[in-house]
Amino acid sequence: MADVALRGITKRFGNTSAVDTVTMEIPDGAFVVLLGPTGAGKTTTLRLISGLEAPDAGDIEIAGRSVLNDTPAQRNVAMVFQQYSLYPHMSVRENLAFPLKSPILKTPPDIIRQRVEEVAEVLRIPHKLDNKATALSGGEMQRVSIGRALVRSPNIFLMDEPLSSLDAKLRAELRVELKRIQADLGATLLYVTHDQIEAMTMATHVGVLDEGRLVQFGSPREIYENPVSLYVASRLGLPRINALPAELFSGAPIGAKTIGLRPEHIREGAGLASTVTRVEHLGDQTRLHLRFEGHDIVTLADAHTPLAPGDSIAIQPRNPLWFDSQGARIA
Amino acid sequence: MAEIVIENIRKEFGSFTAVESSSFRIEDGEFFMLLGPSGCGKTTTLRMIAGLELPTSGAIYIDGEDVAQRPASERDIAFVFQMFALYPHMNVRRNISYPLVSQGLPRAQVKAKVAEVARILGIEDILDRPVGGLSGGDRQRVALGRAIVREPKAFMMDEPLGALDAEFREHMAEELRALHDRMGATTVYVTHDQLEAMQMGDKIVVMNHGVIEQFGTPQDIYDKPATMFVADFIGSPSMNFLKTHGNVSNGAREVTLEGSRIPVPEMYEPFEGELVFGVRPEHIFLSDSGSYRGEVRAVEYLGTTQIVTLDTHAGPAKARISSDRPARPGETVGLGFNGETVTLFDGHSGRALKSSLNEGVLHG
Repeated sequence: MADVALRGITKRFGNTSAVDTVTMEIPDGAFVVLLGPTGAGKTTTLRLISGLEAPDAGDIEIAGRSVLNDTPAQRNVAMVFQQYSLYPHMSVRENLAFPLKSPILKTPPDIIRQRVEEVAEVLRIPHKLDNKATALSGGEMQRVSIGRALVRSPNIFLMDEPLSSLDAKLRAELRVELKRIQADLGATLLYVTHDQIEAMTMATHVGVLDEGRLVQFGSPREIYENPVSLYVASRLGLPRINALPAELFSGAPIGAKTIGLRPEHIREGAGLASTVTRVEHLGDQTRLHLRFEGHDIVTLADAHTPLAPGDSIAIQPRNPLWFDSQGARIA
Repeated sequence: MAEIVIENIRKEFGSFTAVESSSFRIEDGEFFMLLGPSGCGKTTTLRMIAGLELPTSGAIYIDGEDVAQRPASERDIAFVFQMFALYPHMNVRRNISYPLVSQGLPRAQVKAKVAEVARILGIEDILDRPVGGLSGGDRQRVALGRAIVREPKAFMMDEPLGALDAEFREHMAEELRALHDRMGATTVYVTHDQLEAMQMGDKIVVMNHGVIEQFGTPQDIYDKPATMFVADFIGSPSMNFLKTHGNVSNGAREVTLEGSRIPVPEMYEPFEGELVFGVRPEHIFLSDSGSYRGEVRAVEYLGTTQIVTLDTHAGPAKARISSDRPARPGETVGLGFNGETVTLFDGHSGRALKSSLNEGVLHG
């Protein structure tokens, strides 16, 4: 494993900058998640590091050395894609061994066998090794494709939404699993997703991308509690942060255009009147939809709240976030 | 608008029983969810209400009239499918007006109704566009428009949002629910997505293998599951099941789990055998004084809360606790339980044992 550094890398396709002067350090052993909507530049960043694309400007260093002139194979990175692409005619064992059989690596057969068995253990599929790849469930197939990356000892693992084609229960299981594997191996991992739960739960560091620019980089907690902009604040948190005109409430700092209210920023039972439009019982959380001065607010309520549509409830901001007219955070 | 009562309907396809004798009631104006995994019989049930399938036995009352053996055309119900089928050679206006034109309604009335529906759906500006170039959301709105314009007694929807991507699905779910609140039309909605059911439904029927496992409001189904299947299917992460062997006496207020005494609601039936202690993640807390202990295996940060996965003697458990409380993998902690919320199950049949918590919710 090694640390990876991006220094001002830019990649343009025609007139659009897919990646725009991104500078980022991925420390050895870190689990870095790049978060952003479709088109933010997440996948392009992965492809630049792996060498599948060449940057128009900037430098990429792996273990302190520029790799711009290295081929993808020389960079020794391992990629896992959203769609598991296993060889259907091979067994799980053969699928896992395949990357080690590459002529460049020249791995001796007994080492291959040992690595495959170690990885199968880590992935908890040793009993499936001699199954056909096609005889596996979706979750097992995705574990095997992650395993194909793990058998090698790459400098960094690059993963492009590897869980997004799985159903909700399996995704939740593999999130915990992947985090455990990464921690056990001390692997350096760069993981791309648009799923905020994955970013929050697995990452040691989250990088938020907006139209090719890295707008914030920090721990999940920093990004959630201390976002630099309304854009970043909207990326994390369920229900999504409420953005309202700042002048609706007193206490706005000079230059504030928008007030950002997460559920924990809304005190119920004091302040100004709002009307309940809907109470949503989601089980683990109960969402309260409010109408306030012509704006919609979604917040959380106690699971057994007696509130019903049409009721009036007073609300008051408590340590809210303030943003200026550009959406930048000012307090 | 309509009240729909289902009485003992049953559907067999040859020797296969798709729906076992089922009964439930859909109140006038309700948004009613049929929820379950694939193959549970939810779509067959919907198709029987709509008249696309005739039940093998049983009765379906729409506004008091038994329509079970009548064809769909005599039931005055509108159906919205997962794959929205629009007429590709017609523009939006003609797609929406089609059901009215084919009923022979005068042109002026058709025009007025289409205008009203377009206003409700917020698609007035695309009425004269061909349907070919529309976005997925607009296509869905047009398909809804065509269902709404007839003013049927009830709407049947079969996973109408299933084909959309996650972010957009959530948006359309909100829109659909808001539309329902404006129109107040009785709606029966089939989905396999528990969050969608919890989010949109007034009432939920949970089905599995052709059998109704539970019927009730989202909150009741979540808090007071009738079976382990329901407890596991609803909620994310789902309910924790800690397994033990033991006995429960009538009136008991606690059970013994691996030597620790844990509070439960007052139990109303005696039981002995394989016992499952069911507790939702948000009702487990970390407590230094808790005698029931577990080792932290993983921590997932979620902003306001975090999910802590623990290994305990009676099995793995997930706790949803405030993010303020630090928890580190490898650490051994004591667990506390919010006893009033616990459901005990018969581990063999999966059935919930009666208690002061679920009294009145469980049937039979």
